[in-house]
Amino acid sequence: MADITAFSTSRKDALAAVALIAMLALVPPAAWLLHDPFLVKVATRIVIFSLAAIAINLVLGYGGLVSLCHAGLFGIGGYVVGIAAFHVSEPIHLGPLVLGGSSDLAITLPLAMLVSGLMAMAVGAISLRTSGPYFIMITLAFNQMFYYAAIALQKYGGEDGLQILSTITLFGVDVGNRYRFYYVALAVLALATLLLGRAIGSRFGLILRAAAENETRVVVVGVQPWAYRLVAFTASGVLTGLAGALLAASQQFISPVDMAWDRSGDLVVMAVLGGIATFWGPILGAATFIALELMLSSWTQHWQLVFGLIILAIVVGLRGGLVDLLRLIMPKPAGKTT
Amino acid sequence: MKKSAHHCLLTAAATLMLAGAAMAQEPIKIGFLSTFSGPSAIVGQELLEGFKLGLEQKGNKLGGRPVELIQADDQAKPDVGRQHTDKMLERDKIHILTGINFSNVMLAVAKPAIDAGAIVYSINAGPSQYAGSQCNPAYYNISFQNDTSSEAMAVHLQNKGIKKMYLMAPNYPAGKDFLAGFKRYYKGEIVGEVYTTFGQLDYAAEIAQLRAANPQGVFIFLPAGMGINFTKQYYQAGLNKTVPLYGTSFSFDQTMLPALGEAALGSFASAFWAETLDNPQSKKFVADFEAKYGRLPSPAAANAFDGVLLLDAALTSIGGKIEDKAAFRKAMENVKFTSLRGNFKFNKNHYPVQDFYLTEITKNAKGRMMMTVREKISANHEDIYVKDCKMAAN
Amino acid sequence: MTAALFAEQLLNGIQLGVMLFLIASGLTLVFGIMNFINLAHGSLYMAGGFVAAIVYRYTGSFALAVLVAVPAAAAIGVVMERLVLRRFYGRGHLDQVLVTFALILIMNEGTRMIFGPAPLLIGLPAMLSGSVEILPGVGYPIFRLTILLAGLLVAGLLYLIIMKTRLGMWVRAGASNRPMASAMGVNVPVIFSLLFAVGAALAGLAGIMAGPILSVQVGMGEPILILALVVTVIGGIGSIRGAFIAAVMVGVVDTFGRVLLTPALGSMAIFILMAAILTFRPKGLFPVHG
Repeated sequence: MADITAFSTSRKDALAAVALIAMLALVPPAAWLLHDPFLVKVATRIVIFSLAAIAINLVLGYGGLVSLCHAGLFGIGGYVVGIAAFHVSEPIHLGPLVLGGSSDLAITLPLAMLVSGLMAMAVGAISLRTSGPYFIMITLAFNQMFYYAAIALQKYGGEDGLQILSTITLFGVDVGNRYRFYYVALAVLALATLLLGRAIGSRFGLILRAAAENETRVVVVGVQPWAYRLVAFTASGVLTGLAGALLAASQQFISPVDMAWDRSGDLVVMAVLGGIATFWGPILGAATFIALELMLSSWTQHWQLVFGLIILAIVVGLRGGLVDLLRLIMPKPAGKTT
Repeated sequence: MKKSAHHCLLTAAATLMLAGAAMAQEPIKIGFLSTFSGPSAIVGQELLEGFKLGLEQKGNKLGGRPVELIQADDQAKPDVGRQHTDKMLERDKIHILTGINFSNVMLAVAKPAIDAGAIVYSINAGPSQYAGSQCNPAYYNISFQNDTSSEAMAVHLQNKGIKKMYLMAPNYPAGKDFLAGFKRYYKGEIVGEVYTTFGQLDYAAEIAQLRAANPQGVFIFLPAGMGINFTKQYYQAGLNKTVPLYGTSFSFDQTMLPALGEAALGSFASAFWAETLDNPQSKKFVADFEAKYGRLPSPAAANAFDGVLLLDAALTSIGGKIEDKAAFRKAMENVKFTSLRGNFKFNKNHYPVQDFYLTEITKNAKGRMMMTVREKISANHEDIYVKDCKMAAN
Repeated sequence: MTAALFAEQLLNGIQLGVMLFLIASGLTLVFGIMNFINLAHGSLYMAGGFVAAIVYRYTGSFALAVLVAVPAAAAIGVVMERLVLRRFYGRGHLDQVLVTFALILIMNEGTRMIFGPAPLLIGLPAMLSGSVEILPGVGYPIFRLTILLAGLLVAGLLYLIIMKTRLGMWVRAGASNRPMASAMGVNVPVIFSLLFAVGAALAGLAGIMAGPILSVQVGMGEPILILALVVTVIGGIGSIRGAFIAAVMVGVVDTFGRVLLTPALGSMAIFILMAAILTFRPKGLFPVHG
């Protein structure tokens, strides 16, 4: 069980997570000082994708399951926000019942979490019967179903996507302002990171990791890993949907492209790039991914070549992702490092 | 190996710092957002190279002011396009946003760009929303409105007395727009209207259904790779000998004809511009483009080039003062320039009023496949959405 | 749908299936036997198509294009394996996915830088173009029949090699129990290099055969890779027989799905098929590993 203890949430990890969040919290003042408000926009995207990346890492890094349906869950969260806002001006009539839409995050975010969580639970219940590469592919199948279903939503723009035209509020307060919205998103990320850190350190997290390493050993002591995995997959879906909802709200737009399977691949790359052995590593990965994508593509038309080479260098050279790089730079504390 | 990864990151960090550094005040800044990766990268390249050729011939100046071109790859994803647009607006402080290839990207970026005070200047994407109810003084489209090319082909087939047509397009909004445009003007019998998967590879099943329906002609809107796949397979099924293929220039332009070869021979395409169009400015453009890039241009490249000519003409008339919104709008709406297309003017909704031609795919003396202009189908063609446009008086 | 049309569509479905088998066969060999997920298999498919198109451009010969492009794809595959992929045999699937994903980006962008983004032409000799009448009034493209034949040939050959030869015995031994095979004196690394070359050659062959009917362009490998993965997984990873049956199933379901269902459902048909099969057979139709 030696490797498993190395995995668990240490004080160092908690510190690293707090430091990352604190650094992100300093972006708006920095942007203000540098007269570069665009930094806040980039950071918003980083925060949102960080949330999705730590969410996918719950099943990826801890459950040992590579899911390719997370883009679908992400998009479902986004569409819940988009569709709810769409019906602000056009209420749904169900017989005598009139359902008005909403663009208040206090209503739409929980709704997005609920819907994407239920979807994740359904997908998980079926997909978790399989394992390894079969799991990757069955989740890809579900992602494609979500994707084509979104394209079929002609009423909500089909392939063109859905614009959100009403003002986004939180408990009635306008959060359209980028600084306000940023701190809302960051608060969500902080809360999710905290919860995940707790979950990973608990008995639940321990069983999840143990089952990923050696399923038989867990089954022998009388635990059914399936149930734990389903809970993890569902929780991961809830958080991914939440991230999608925040993306839709932040850019006032959602489209089926946000659900394409390669976006699932992006989320996996972000998590692995950062390092899947810690709950905070994926935040580092998401930040690097988004910054690289933005910088490289305004630098050269052939940015994907450079991007590919960077990923290659990281996978070949650093087994633990960027987290490993930090460990190399930081002075080594006495005791074990992986 | 660890060291090399480290180095990469350092270089990346250095690039970030450079990007944030100094910016000059003088030049007109143009954000060129287009698709440079993935299967549609070819369109991005055509647009960019046409645009760059135009700028080069104008001495890299528009209305006497130097031009700074800032380019970015939207990867055909609306949210990525939005991110780059935000950067161009806020960090680069662009005056003009152009280059956009796809309607869905346009719908995601036009509003924030206009809200930030920039001009949206489309040289390709032509969504109906901005031609109709969402038309805007700061939005210009000099290329085409989606429906119009297929409307022109419908007019031609209607005049020619073709009685039974089979229609095919991918299942996405532009596909529906194109077929809607066709049905608006074609009154014969439509024996099949099929929407295929976007990016579909194999069309054997559709071709078999089509043959069974026994039409007199097939109208396709299948751009890029889809068009190549379909046309090759249609040719191999031998159907092109009995049921001619009709389409728009988007299925038979010079980005596709070299890969289609004989398979495209004898097909017909409606076009607002073709590489064989007979006017001096167009002939010169084709020659210059080929000399510089070693291939023939597509209508997308021609539109991008035209886009530079139009902007230069408008800006010259107001001494390059793009900052003066009212003057710029007036200059654009009344612009006079020699378009590659010959006949061009802006409609009330800032979309083009232009002529459409019937072209036939032929092989020229050098063995190259060309869209050869046969006749003018319709003159001064305008889109139908203009009736929904209540253009604000600034 | 008339009986004749039904028969024609069935043939279309089978032909599409066999074409998918051509690409999936190499994938399932490498995936199943070496336990290595090679997403860059689609890039090898693209390499086959591009080399063939270039040879065709300069010689005008389709036969020569095939003769050059198949070994070229194998060579590119071996270089890939020697330089990069070899280090990843012992690592998890996740690292394999990531490294081959990086290779896709590099191969695509590298190809674009060398050849430009425009699609290329692969023409056919007169002998293979045109169509023959298979039913009264219904012509069927000769080249599609050629693909059908090539696929059947590859299937037969692979089956014979794996079931009847010493090499095949080693391959089967290496697949089901690697340490045991090593202990019994099978030189696993050499077998693996050889297998990878064979997989790459098959991908290249598929790329060439697709050239005359599909667009030869940068990024052509990814859509077909997805279909090949679907086939591989439905059939059971590592099973050539499974891949063949799954490929034909996928081809037929996709063909009829497109004709009979709404566009959205038609696009989903094969994914629904895959999810349904994996729900009841979590290791595919013909599981190889226990």
